[in-house]
Amino acid sequence: MATTDRLIICEHCDSVYEKVVLAKRQKALCQRCGAVIQRYNGMTVQQRLALALTATVLWIFANFYPVMSISLQGLKNSATLWDSVLALSDGPITFMAMVAAIAMIIAPIIQLALLIWVLLFALTNRRSPGFAPCMRWLETLRPWSMLEVCLLGAMVAVFKLAGMLDVLPGIGLIALAVLSILLIKVAGRDVRDLWDTL
Amino acid sequence: MNSPPFASELNLCLCHSCGLACDMTGHPHQCPRCNAPLHMRKANSLARTWAYMLAALVFYIPANVLPVMNTVMLGSGADSTIIGGVLEFWEHGAWDIALIIFIASIAVPGIKFVAITLLLVTAQRGSQWACRQRSKLYRFVELIGYWSMLDVIVVALVAALVKFQALGDIEPRAGILFFGLVVVCTMLSAMSFDPRLMWENRHSEEVMDEARSH
Repeated sequence: MATTDRLIICEHCDSVYEKVVLAKRQKALCQRCGAVIQRYNGMTVQQRLALALTATVLWIFANFYPVMSISLQGLKNSATLWDSVLALSDGPITFMAMVAAIAMIIAPIIQLALLIWVLLFALTNRRSPGFAPCMRWLETLRPWSMLEVCLLGAMVAVFKLAGMLDVLPGIGLIALAVLSILLIKVAGRDVRDLWDTL
Repeated sequence: MNSPPFASELNLCLCHSCGLACDMTGHPHQCPRCNAPLHMRKANSLARTWAYMLAALVFYIPANVLPVMNTVMLGSGADSTIIGGVLEFWEHGAWDIALIIFIASIAVPGIKFVAITLLLVTAQRGSQWACRQRSKLYRFVELIGYWSMLDVIVVALVAALVKFQALGDIEPRAGILFFGLVVVCTMLSAMSFDPRLMWENRHSEEVMDEARSH
């Protein structure tokens, strides 16, 4: 088994390579199909953990402060992410409310919780209890966490309503913007590196 | 330049969960490192991809025909479809927003249908045509995957905000359910497809090429 550790298989065409050491900003491409097979990642465990904790705080801001508020002839209203999930939950379209809740709220926070759990133990060079299932869930959740889409959606909504009434972007929107960037940085594919280093 | 060996030639299998190259001697069913099930190829890849894609194609019709939201402003109500929303922005001169919504809601699912069908048909025929480009196309389909959720999120936010009873009220309508289902089904479809199928007949081809060059 030990010998296969140095090998890397391209997931798009099944070509086998030996791992290489990459310098800053370098990435390795598959000769056969052109997919990225290795990417340089300079973040230490401490840095990742710091970013993950920051992201968690931002998640709280993004969820408990309104994403935006509107006013129409003196009437005011504001909505958080959860409010928009609830808006979908009426009537026959409830299923979409579940998808939206997973994509905007649940998947990101589970990703962050798993990440922090795994990284806390990684600080002392140990694998956390339940390391394998945690890492597999991180892998499974990634495509369903759609904060960057959510951010663009919120911005489109601002423009959509700006024509009819006054719109004020809220704290939640700013938190969402930073959170979506952090999550890409911290919960991306290179989480897998932990398998090799621990 | 020597072409790299295929995993199957070395009796190796990629673990999709942790990326380990697993030694397949003794036919293990699980990755020794992370315990995820091992498959040389994704199970029933072609059938699943077809099924999810056709389901998405069916949902695509009501998604575009049925209204996605209902706007009541000062007593007068109107249903709007996705295309209607795009046209409205366009007419008000907000061509950039119109373009974003058009790309995310209409172009992206459309491109995905065409691209996945192309990938499926060529993979089924064992075609050797433009393998590299087709691999690139698959990665592109994966990349654009979830951006179509945009409209669902816009409708949800707008409906949550505009709640002023008679003065103004926006409610989501059934169209958004089908639209969301299109997005989920196309995502599942792209995930079920195994891009390695494109390269399967490549083995013999490359061996022949090498033989010829000697």
